[in-house]
Amino acid sequence: MKIVILGCGRVGATLAGMMGRAGHTVSVIDQSSDAFQRLGPDFQGTTFVGNGVDEDVLVRAGIREAEAFAAVTNGDNRNIMASQIAKEIFKVKKVVCRIYDPIREETYRELGLETFCPTIVGSQIMFDAITGKKQK
Amino acid sequence: MYIIIGGGGDVGYYLTKNLLHHGHEVLLLEKGSSRYATLSEELGPAVLRGDACEARTMEEVGANRADVVIAVTGDDEDNLVICQVAKKRYKVNRTIARLNNPKHADIFYKLGIDVTVSPTKSILSLIEAELPSSRFVQLMTLKSAGLEIVEVRVPTDSPLVSKALRDISLSRSSNIVLVIRDKQPIFPSAETEIQANDDIYALVNREGEEEIRKAFGVIE
Repeated sequence: MKIVILGCGRVGATLAGMMGRAGHTVSVIDQSSDAFQRLGPDFQGTTFVGNGVDEDVLVRAGIREAEAFAAVTNGDNRNIMASQIAKEIFKVKKVVCRIYDPIREETYRELGLETFCPTIVGSQIMFDAITGKKQK
Repeated sequence: MYIIIGGGGDVGYYLTKNLLHHGHEVLLLEKGSSRYATLSEELGPAVLRGDACEARTMEEVGANRADVVIAVTGDDEDNLVICQVAKKRYKVNRTIARLNNPKHADIFYKLGIDVTVSPTKSILSLIEAELPSSRFVQLMTLKSAGLEIVEVRVPTDSPLVSKALRDISLSRSSNIVLVIRDKQPIFPSAETEIQANDDIYALVNREGEEEIRKAFGVIE
């Protein structure tokens, strides 16, 4: 499967490595070429410098052929806009969007975007670890 | 009307002043503390420190009773989210977004934003209109109706020179609404004769734009 990953921070780079090792074709987009250093020397995919909400950049990264798109920049709104472009304009089948703000995450989940909120997930893990019990 | 504006840059500032002047209830949201301080000195309670992208802020300012939400920050993704959240979460009737990248117009439209305004594009066409060589300028688009207002400077070698409008066959989708000759407006009738260097203003749809261009012999 071909996947386009927007944002080459810790999560983006780790995900790109995992997908690559699992045999998928990976394209990574970031605004800064320095970020691609996180990918390490074994990375087999392609990298693109550019703004992820620019259609031309997404096309260059191969979004037309992509079956999956992951938006993991550190900007919630950038992730939201890029994911909607991937989903609504380019009809990418699987689009996953990271949103730090829990309220915004809830809004866009209700709107039909597949989202996850590291703030909630992380807090829950910490809570469970500290109290030693599962709390919902 | 209760109007919430996101983004206290120059656009947000002048827009707020203008709308207040017209008697509207306006609230400007600016997240930067130093910019907020400057704005609040002049605008007082009409400006609030907060991020219009944050649902919590929008809740606080009573977004659910807003008639219009306008997003004029310098980032298109922020403007998109401000308008979408206003529309979906707070059921705001009308949302208007500033576009920094004119290419985003289609995307915003598809994603449900009511109106987009692109200063970059407007500035480009205004400058184009002032260039001496310009013969054809798109002045304004009425997106929802698929119409635009265009300006044509009639070339000296145009096939329509010295012809009356009644003798020019244009389809219903190309409406000549105004002729400016030597700085004087002429509201055209069937008898109006076209002259070289007239400025023609026409209300057209997409096909009409092409038709006008061809009829007047204007090559881009």
